[in-house]
Amino acid sequence: MRLIAENLGGERGGDTVFSGIGFALEDGQALVVTGPNGSGKSTLLRVIAGLLPVAEGSVKIEGVMKIEDGGEAFPSVASACHYLGHQNAMKTALSVAENLRFWRDFNGDGQLDVEEALESVGLGGIGHLPFGYLSTGQRRRAAIAKLLVSHRPLWLLDEPTAGLDKASEARFSGLMTRHCEEGGMIVAATHLPLGLDGAKALVMGEAG
Amino acid sequence: MLALFLRDIRLNIRAGGGALTGVIFFLAVIATIPFGVGPDLKLLARIGPAILWIGALLSCLLGLDRLFQADREDGSLDLLVLGNDRNMLALTVLTKCLAHWAGSVLPLVIAAPLLGLFMNMEPLGIGATALTLLVGTPAITFIGAAGAAVAVALPRGGLLISVLVLPLTIPVLIFGVSASYGATANPDPFLQPFLILAALTLFLAVLGPVSAALALRHGTD
Repeated sequence: MRLIAENLGGERGGDTVFSGIGFALEDGQALVVTGPNGSGKSTLLRVIAGLLPVAEGSVKIEGVMKIEDGGEAFPSVASACHYLGHQNAMKTALSVAENLRFWRDFNGDGQLDVEEALESVGLGGIGHLPFGYLSTGQRRRAAIAKLLVSHRPLWLLDEPTAGLDKASEARFSGLMTRHCEEGGMIVAATHLPLGLDGAKALVMGEAG
Repeated sequence: MLALFLRDIRLNIRAGGGALTGVIFFLAVIATIPFGVGPDLKLLARIGPAILWIGALLSCLLGLDRLFQADREDGSLDLLVLGNDRNMLALTVLTKCLAHWAGSVLPLVIAAPLLGLFMNMEPLGIGATALTLLVGTPAITFIGAAGAAVAVALPRGGLLISVLVLPLTIPVLIFGVSASYGATANPDPFLQPFLILAALTLFLAVLGPVSAALALRHGTD
């Protein structure tokens, strides 16, 4: 499976934020998008996900996963991706486990159990707490657990490590590495090093 | 879809107040009418169904702005929109509407017979009004979903939603009230307006979520 962006341009409110972005990702590869504030990293991720219209160029996903991997054809990038934005997309009034169980049921393609996913982000045993009681870093980790409960080959991560401490960052880069080893793809926009070995780099905000 | 329905119902119960606010507002509207109109019991009984319908309609509009806004604020809406290929967005919206109706509007329908007593209505009239409310209020929620989807990005969208939605709910109101009258006033028919009301609900159950889904897809800025 390949994610290909050609001469991609994005705009917000009629102003071109970036243009001429091109990259190709294969199974198991990661792309780290860096650049100063306002250079269009988040916009790029939203354009890739299909939340914002493509102003110019194209982004598409090619090739289907092997059937023996339990894969299926993905008609669009949106159906093949997990989008982790600035917000965690969790309800403060529900417990962490309820939140995760909902996303697991809604997104389908269940992978890890809610408990297992929480264990792997180091939040084991707090599934019963309301999401609103958690600290910023714990909320982010719970949102990361959302990536694990259902399977998607492509992860679109927008500042995924915002609010995480060192240990959690290391654990998260472990999770990302494992996702890549299993043939997944990652596009991450960040200011901080993510600890992804062999990731491609894309610097935005420069000419071209 | 069931998961979404259950989540929204849970949120409605736990996050507090959605249902209660509507019911209290409904109570406030109905309770003030007799003071304003005066102690003419006959007059009250005559305008009862109309007042109940207007009260329920306004209470329905009250909570509509939160239908998508809460999801937008915490980022869930993006993910619901992204799930379009797996769970058609219009169906997602329909599910959210049903959950909203069950959580916030159904209590109004249940409270309506009680409030009908305030208006000195006879049991048959109360029953008919409650039945028309039960059938007609989903239509208001479906229209409201389209309005809420258009106004989702606006910080104080509640007022705009009411202004957008109110004219569109007039047919529902007209047929709802005329069916309620038809049950008690002898020459007036009950079944015809009631069936049109049911048809309106079914029609809007398709049109509302589809247009709301369109608005949401293009509003994810």
